[in-house]
Amino acid sequence: MAQVTLRKVEKKYDETPAVCGIDLDIPDKEFVVLVGPSGCGKTTTLRMIAGLEEITAGEIAIGGEVVNDIPPKDRDIAMVFQNYALYPHMTVYENMSFGLRLKKTPKEEIDRRVQKAARILNIGPLLDRKPKQLSGGQRQRVAMGRAIVRDPKVFLFDEPLSNLDAKLRVHMRTEIKKVHQQVRTTTVYVTHDQVEAMTLADRIVVMNAGHIEQVGSPHELYHRPATKFVAAFIGSPAMNMIPCGIEEGAGGLRMRLSPELSFPLPQERVERYRPHAGKAKLVCGLRPEHIIEQRPHLEPGQQPFEAKPVVVEPMGSESLVFFGLNGAEVCARVNPDCGARVDAPLKLVADLRHVHLLDDQTGRVL
Amino acid sequence: MSSAVLDAPRAKRGSISRDRKRALYWSYFFLFLFVIFFLTPPFYMLLTSLKTSGEIAEAKFPWWVFHPSLENYTSLLGSQDYHDFFINSALVSLCTVAVTMLISIPAAFSLSRMKFWGSTALAAGVFLTYLIPETLLFIPLFKIFSWVTELTGIEFINHWWVLIIIYPTLTVPFCTWIMIGYFASIPKELDEAALIDGAGWLQVLVRIFIPVALPGIIAATIFAFTVSWADFLYPMVFTTSADQLVLPAGIVTTLIKGDVFDWGRIMTAALLGAMPPLLIYAFLMDYYIAGLTAGATKG
Repeated sequence: MAQVTLRKVEKKYDETPAVCGIDLDIPDKEFVVLVGPSGCGKTTTLRMIAGLEEITAGEIAIGGEVVNDIPPKDRDIAMVFQNYALYPHMTVYENMSFGLRLKKTPKEEIDRRVQKAARILNIGPLLDRKPKQLSGGQRQRVAMGRAIVRDPKVFLFDEPLSNLDAKLRVHMRTEIKKVHQQVRTTTVYVTHDQVEAMTLADRIVVMNAGHIEQVGSPHELYHRPATKFVAAFIGSPAMNMIPCGIEEGAGGLRMRLSPELSFPLPQERVERYRPHAGKAKLVCGLRPEHIIEQRPHLEPGQQPFEAKPVVVEPMGSESLVFFGLNGAEVCARVNPDCGARVDAPLKLVADLRHVHLLDDQTGRVL
Repeated sequence: MSSAVLDAPRAKRGSISRDRKRALYWSYFFLFLFVIFFLTPPFYMLLTSLKTSGEIAEAKFPWWVFHPSLENYTSLLGSQDYHDFFINSALVSLCTVAVTMLISIPAAFSLSRMKFWGSTALAAGVFLTYLIPETLLFIPLFKIFSWVTELTGIEFINHWWVLIIIYPTLTVPFCTWIMIGYFASIPKELDEAALIDGAGWLQVLVRIFIPVALPGIIAATIFAFTVSWADFLYPMVFTTSADQLVLPAGIVTTLIKGDVFDWGRIMTAALLGAMPPLLIYAFLMDYYIAGLTAGATKG
């Protein structure tokens, strides 16, 4: 069992707080991704788990044992760094076996483990090479191999794919997922790339300015964000944020997006949003895929409207259409064959079954 | 009209290459001046070393050898004194290099990697000690040694090995300083990876840092060797009898008798004495440059 527990963990550099008292429970075998913008404290959190940074306050436990004062080498963890950190003067085999050799593991056992890891990662033919003779992707595999052979309680990944080109990054992402499915070691993975977070994680921890904004499965964060930050951070292109108001009107509660445009809210949202009627500083959050081209048959909750695109970006399987609404730039995901052209009025449909109402003052999703 | 338009870009290209050519000519001109300036003294030494005493005394034309002779070389290489100087110099330099590295490598490692209270001030202090010239230090050092002799009865003055104690005061600060720069250019993740892999600080130093920082260490080694091989003031002050002298002091004390200068042998001895550092530079030049510039380019 190697669950990781963080209790009120704080980190301050001089008087500047980097991590402000976070609580997090990572069960055994889980793949958790810490995601957030630069400077949000995710890497600091990972380094505190590794023991490379001392914690200012709080408690970190690995496998039930508090490790606050235990040095990195005795925490039984393995870490993969952004720049791989392979020992340049050692061969791949020596790099992978370094940790085991320090522990005076018998030679046959070292060999067995290195060969097994090499099989998992497909780096068998590279074992005699030096790191400088390897490509970026191969180095990344070796760095993972070095972690695997140790058979640690916890894997820590610090933005391991950010040095790779886009294509290789997608490939290695799959590889990391495959490896985790095989070895099932508790994993904490740090990235600023929300796509990486969504594809890899069992659970995602979204961090912002040293705080945890929300913890949940990728599906949960995408469909039920708790804060405006999470709503805007998760998803690409980002969720549209349009200033709006809630008002009682003809046919029930309506969401007003501009003086000319208001939509009746679907029945299931009415009770939830009624207390916010008349409030200022409300924001309507609607993902681009919930604003689509006009269809012959509208389902309940889908509301037609017209917009004038300012930019059309064809993506192949879809087109992104950008237009202005109530001072906000709005993105819609439409069928490339729907004839969207710049400055030509386009009939669109907003799917209000997926709408989010956000309070701009508190940053909460209502 | 059209031809002017067509010609314009070509003219521009031409001017760039002309500028570059001119810059190249000037750099060759100044390099040539520098080469003449720096190679004239050793060339003059070589010429003088091949002359007999008579020819030197005649002083007919100093830039040519009319009767070349290896007499200076054979007499020097056959002299027991010169052998002693050479061996003393070699022993002192090698031991100084070893002592310097034993102190400088761990010092540079701890100052560049382990952030402890006062480490920055200490690193600056290390460099400041290098700025104090030996001309200011030799009298206090002499005093200290005589005081220690009084206290312990161990005789420090007039022993070649005293230089092994003194020279590190010159070499350790500078070597530590250049290695701090070199170590700082090694990614921090490398030692963090080793720490996580289960290494202690000493293992990180020995198994990761020293192999990776070898160019920087070699640069520091060359520096320490050159300084201890060529230093003149300290051996002149601390050693006197012929069997305890090192090369620079030995040449001057034995080949200059009163106001009689044995120029032929002085030049020969100096030329032969310059060989070991020259050979080391020739073979390890690439490492030396890599070591000295690493901090500058990667920092």
